[in-house]
Amino acid sequence: MQPTSHDFKANAHRALGDKNLQRAMGMMRTGFPEKRAMAIARMPEFDALRDDGIAIKQQVLKHLDFYLETFEKNVIATGGQVHWCRNAQEARETVLALCRALDAKTVTKGKSMVSEEIALNDFLEANGVVPVETDLGEYIVQIRHETPSHIIAPAVHLVKEQVAESFRATHTQFPHDRNLDEPRTLCDEARTVLREKFLAADVGITGANFLIAETGSSIIVTNEGNGDLTQILPRAHIVLASIEKVVPTLEDAATLLRLLARSATGQEFSTYTTISTGPRRETDTDGPGQYHVVLIDNGRTALLGGEFEDMLRCIRCAACLNHCPVYGAVGGHAYGWVYSGPMGAVLTPTLIGIEEAGHLPNASTFCGRCESVCPMRIPLPRMMRAWRAREFAKKLGPKTARWGLAIWAYAAKRPALYRTMSAMASRVLGLLGRARGRFRSLPLASGWTDMRDMPAPEGKSFMTLWAEQQKKAAR
Amino acid sequence: MSGGRDQILGSIRAGLGRGRLDAATEATLTESLKAHRRNLVPARAAALDHAGQIALFIAMAEEVDATIARVADTDAVPAAVADYLTGQNLPARLVMTPDPQLDPIPWNNRPMLEIRRGRAEDGDAVGVTACFAAIAETGTLMLLSGPDSPTRNNFLPDTHVVVLRASQVVAAYEEGWDRLRAKGAMPRTVNFITGPSRTGDIEQRLVLGAHGPRRLHIVLIDDAGA
Repeated sequence: MQPTSHDFKANAHRALGDKNLQRAMGMMRTGFPEKRAMAIARMPEFDALRDDGIAIKQQVLKHLDFYLETFEKNVIATGGQVHWCRNAQEARETVLALCRALDAKTVTKGKSMVSEEIALNDFLEANGVVPVETDLGEYIVQIRHETPSHIIAPAVHLVKEQVAESFRATHTQFPHDRNLDEPRTLCDEARTVLREKFLAADVGITGANFLIAETGSSIIVTNEGNGDLTQILPRAHIVLASIEKVVPTLEDAATLLRLLARSATGQEFSTYTTISTGPRRETDTDGPGQYHVVLIDNGRTALLGGEFEDMLRCIRCAACLNHCPVYGAVGGHAYGWVYSGPMGAVLTPTLIGIEEAGHLPNASTFCGRCESVCPMRIPLPRMMRAWRAREFAKKLGPKTARWGLAIWAYAAKRPALYRTMSAMASRVLGLLGRARGRFRSLPLASGWTDMRDMPAPEGKSFMTLWAEQQKKAAR
Repeated sequence: MSGGRDQILGSIRAGLGRGRLDAATEATLTESLKAHRRNLVPARAAALDHAGQIALFIAMAEEVDATIARVADTDAVPAAVADYLTGQNLPARLVMTPDPQLDPIPWNNRPMLEIRRGRAEDGDAVGVTACFAAIAETGTLMLLSGPDSPTRNNFLPDTHVVVLRASQVVAAYEEGWDRLRAKGAMPRTVNFITGPSRTGDIEQRLVLGAHGPRRLHIVLIDDAGA
């Protein structure tokens, strides 16, 4: 997809004025955080599980080559194949080649963010293979020609009336005046339509929440069961996975699974956790005849050993999105590419460049909720700050901001000058604002005063009060 | 794409600031994979005796909208299944996996139940399967694929009835792994199932039966030794 991250400000402005979006985001802001809090309150060992989870991921990253090679060896031993792809283009072409070898006309798909990252659907479609998304939210955004706005709840930006409108426009086989007022009826209709697709598909493509090195397995987690019908019924199962998804053992996967559902949807465990190993066995009466794992780097190896390495611990639970005041206000599409919220603000610049995505790490108040809810304790605010520093060093921000910062930095490094200047400024402002006690507008500060009044300074400055206190205490 | 493989592995090593791991380190890592060391296992289920674990399994499964009928022995299973189907106003016609675990059940006691043994097809309304284990911690069933237990039977029918023996209930996933390893090689598919299919994708409102079964009913046999 063509990124619009450089337009974040305009995107966000539009989002704030979108009534349907604001109604939908209102439901999101309360739903997810409450459910997560309840789930964690029931698991007294949650913080200890986080520590174990982090240790697992760190062990993996330190020996990533070993675990990937072990994974590959065990996939081959169980009759599957591994395809190593350096970038999005190689991954797309690998999937297309596999589909062509099977003479595939349609593929069903389970929800996969890395599939969005490599823009697989458009590519398959352009080459004569029809991709059908089967996760309900993902299906809705596909028929609306949109992209997911949330990494685990793709259609969280929509209200049910919009879904009904899209179903009426797309499912023309049903009477136009049918009742589609409730999520129940919408879900039933999607179930009917997609059941036929499941049965007809030639290839099934899923992502992977984890890859298991010791067994050569992939794990997917869903609530709907769509990922299962996607992989069981067709002739081949293709797994798309970025390289950092590998974990050593089934025991390690169990620990991470305990963290994942609670952090994501506040569930104790997702409805379906499925471990797939190789193609169907000779005596099996169902299952895919082929099992392919497409291992994708696409910029991950470049993060190893650098200041963004911790991002490779991310298990894509979306807790940081669900708790972010900025995400909650503007939704995921404003971020202009596949990943949104705090994890997107850190990851997107690594994948499409800080030149395109420079606004994203700036779209944060550094309130720190993201890091506090992250099951992997990824220091998201620190990494957003690191991106801001790089952006400044590359002279990418608007000129006025850079000059302002440069002037401020000059003064801030000279305390005597800083104090004199700030004392002068506050005295002048105090005098000017004496009558009303606040300002409706101020030059250079319209970003503040457009939305609210600026209080006029009054009394002594903090530094003066501090000095007086110290003097008193010394007496 | 072996060029890609070597290049990715090379970039990993460059990023980590080292070459290929030496043989001794690789051997140590390989050994540690075989040790299957457990991480922290929550006390919730592990601290209970087996009766407590069964009670926890039932409570957790019911919390996620599964229903459970507890029966005294194998002989009581056909009546429990028939009663459930009647209660739900469902047809007494079902597809049942050829799983030998289901063979000792005297299905002929209920001649009204119309049973086909085999693979589920589209249109099968009710499916009956056995299972491999059940995890008390979260009310989760563990099912394995195999010649007598096709995975599609867990997903295609609208109603999934699972026959579970109390001795199959374990505390945590880790015990499931141990039992699986004791059995032999990994099957093609291991399904952990926690309640019937659901979605919250439209306005975050819970709807059961998104793509998989709308109903999950567990017939729990209090077998000897449990």
